[in-house]
Amino acid sequence: MSTLPRRKFLGLVGAGVGAGLVGTTASGCGTDATGGGGDGGEQMQIWVLQEEAQNVAHRVALDSFNSDAEVRGRLVSTSNDGYRDKLHTAMGSADNAPDVFYNWGGGSIRSYARDDLLVDLTPHLEQDQAWKDKFIPSVLDAGMIDGKYYGIPARGMQPIILFYNKAVLADHDLQPPTTWDELLAASDRLSGNGVIPFALAGGDAWCELVWPEYLVDRIGGPEVFRAIAAGEEGAWRHPALIRSMNMITDLVERGGFGDSFASVRWEGGGASTLIAQGQAGMHLMGSWEYTNQVTDQPEYAANDLGFADFPAVDGGVGDPKAIVGNPTNYFSISKSSPNVDAALEFLRTEMASDAYIDAWLKAGDVPATTNLEARMDAAANRDYAELVYNMVVDAPSFQLSWDQAVERHLAQPMLDALAKVFLGQLDAEGFVAANENAAK
Amino acid sequence: MTATVRVAPEDGSDATAPARPVPRRPSRPATSRPSSWYLLPAALFFGVFAAFPLVLVVFLSFTSWEGIGDPALIGLDNWVRLVGDARVLDVVGTTLLLTVLGWATQTPIALLLGVWAAGPQRNRAILSSIFFLPLLLSSAAVALMWSRLLDPYFGLAAEFGPFQNILGTPSGALAAIVFVTGWQFIPFHTLLYQAAARNVPKVLYDAATIDGATRWHMFWYITLPQLRNTIITSSTIMVVGSLTYFETILLLTNGGPGTSTYTVPFEMYIRGFRSFEFGYASAIATVLVVVATAISLIIVKFSGFAKMRSTMEGM
Repeated sequence: MSTLPRRKFLGLVGAGVGAGLVGTTASGCGTDATGGGGDGGEQMQIWVLQEEAQNVAHRVALDSFNSDAEVRGRLVSTSNDGYRDKLHTAMGSADNAPDVFYNWGGGSIRSYARDDLLVDLTPHLEQDQAWKDKFIPSVLDAGMIDGKYYGIPARGMQPIILFYNKAVLADHDLQPPTTWDELLAASDRLSGNGVIPFALAGGDAWCELVWPEYLVDRIGGPEVFRAIAAGEEGAWRHPALIRSMNMITDLVERGGFGDSFASVRWEGGGASTLIAQGQAGMHLMGSWEYTNQVTDQPEYAANDLGFADFPAVDGGVGDPKAIVGNPTNYFSISKSSPNVDAALEFLRTEMASDAYIDAWLKAGDVPATTNLEARMDAAANRDYAELVYNMVVDAPSFQLSWDQAVERHLAQPMLDALAKVFLGQLDAEGFVAANENAAK
Repeated sequence: MTATVRVAPEDGSDATAPARPVPRRPSRPATSRPSSWYLLPAALFFGVFAAFPLVLVVFLSFTSWEGIGDPALIGLDNWVRLVGDARVLDVVGTTLLLTVLGWATQTPIALLLGVWAAGPQRNRAILSSIFFLPLLLSSAAVALMWSRLLDPYFGLAAEFGPFQNILGTPSGALAAIVFVTGWQFIPFHTLLYQAAARNVPKVLYDAATIDGATRWHMFWYITLPQLRNTIITSSTIMVVGSLTYFETILLLTNGGPGTSTYTVPFEMYIRGFRSFEFGYASAIATVLVVVATAISLIIVKFSGFAKMRSTMEGM
């Protein structure tokens, strides 16, 4: 192995690899300077996603922190599509890395942790037990990499929830399904009446991934995917996986997602609008769907938005209380940051502050902090907040989304193969083979 | 015609040499060219932003690199993998198909529009300035706009039955990409043709009119041959542009449905920036550079463009 001096090499490559692609990042570089102010002095950059509904809480935290801080924080927001590319490029060069950045834990920061680019938060949390106790242990632990903490929960918990439009289900004399058979029956009745049973932004395969995540867990329990994530031989061939794929194909063929789902992109908000306007009956999606509905379709969110657990599957050994999704998002600190102390202070003082928690609750999110019962009054929708909170607290397992959990180079082939299953271009066997080939 | 013939000797030694008849070199270009120093800014720019990164990419193709840390040399592994990767064939096929479709739709439309817009009429000037508007928009904005317009439930597509699921079928998605890139780039090529058509000497048409030529004859026997060099330039830009085109695919179809609109640059992006396999992505990039260069050289060679013969010769 021969190497160039790293800094120099990375700088060169930044220009090199980027040259052909640089045009594409144009849409993803929105900079949002709020809360900080450009009044000179030291600043630390806090990178977040460009999501208005959710950045309110970050601003609350930052305003509170900036009011008496020597090093002031500044939010830099980037759209979802470009965020990871931008972050990865920046993490490659110490000069450009953000001080604090938003991430998904797991695979999204594993390579940074392995390359020693992140501040290990373990000693800080161990020293300050009161700080550690403020977060739900299973969620804090879900952010661990190789037994070390690298992230502090930075927003709501995001289990995948079966959302439904109460008015639509009532119109067709239906209850939210509690078993797979009920789900199929409901799907048939809705599609028979010209309503799309399940809204789906099938133009983005991660929106489809929620289906096998739940089905495999219900049928085979959490160990099936754990073996896959660990790269065990033959893990993809588990019968639970094959059966899940066949069930998905069946649901697609019954018209469970309508006939145009493959044209719907997530970024356009099409799937969420379908259910809000009553053109679709249900939507299996992360809790962020609720936050978006509160902002974009407040009337629907207040009156007709219902939520339920994913149904049980006959003969499945998985616990019907188990959940999948994103335990939460995290803030991590770059080791190369000149402001590590300020960043630590920011995470210590603000991430479990009452104001921050209230801001999330008000936005419809349920933060991963303990003793939330006391603050439920601030929730936009108390029923919903309690459902999510109890869902997480009661869940025997909380499986991180598959595309985040597997090694990075295996995620895209998995998503591509899944999209083909939904399109009817691949069967269960083909899906398994595609994943096995990618891992070779 | 300017005929500044340089007869100055090439090296200083000749100046002091005994007077000897220096044979005139007939091959010497008759036109004096500016000093090569004029090339410097462009050469520097090209070197720093194109040639040098290219060398780095070739180097990276022999390494395994996640985008952070140090690249590890792994010899020919990426190349061996590339040759055995069935998917690469698919991706190359899609890219070539898009290139051909793009060229075949954009060229005739741009040519006809350009020739039409070259006319002196005022309404044409106004209309063509409207046609050129898409030129002002960024590719990302155009792609996002069409992505919303083609939403099956809330876009224009919803109003046209057969097009509702256009992005959800492989052929529909390809057609959508051809259409959107055409919408975006036809104005540029129209502009080229408009300028070229205006340069066609009026005497040719006058002479043809006297000879009783019809409009069609004039277009076919005068305008088209006179536009030959422009057609070649425009085609080269189109073909090389299509081979490397990327934003529309990322934002409009995201490679979908399934993987049916993955092109070589998109595959490169996915491998590099989604899978963090920068070594393999660099191997794909290298192939792309070689193929695009080869194709443009072929166009130039077989079209006679290299000879740079003026269409004004003999006038």
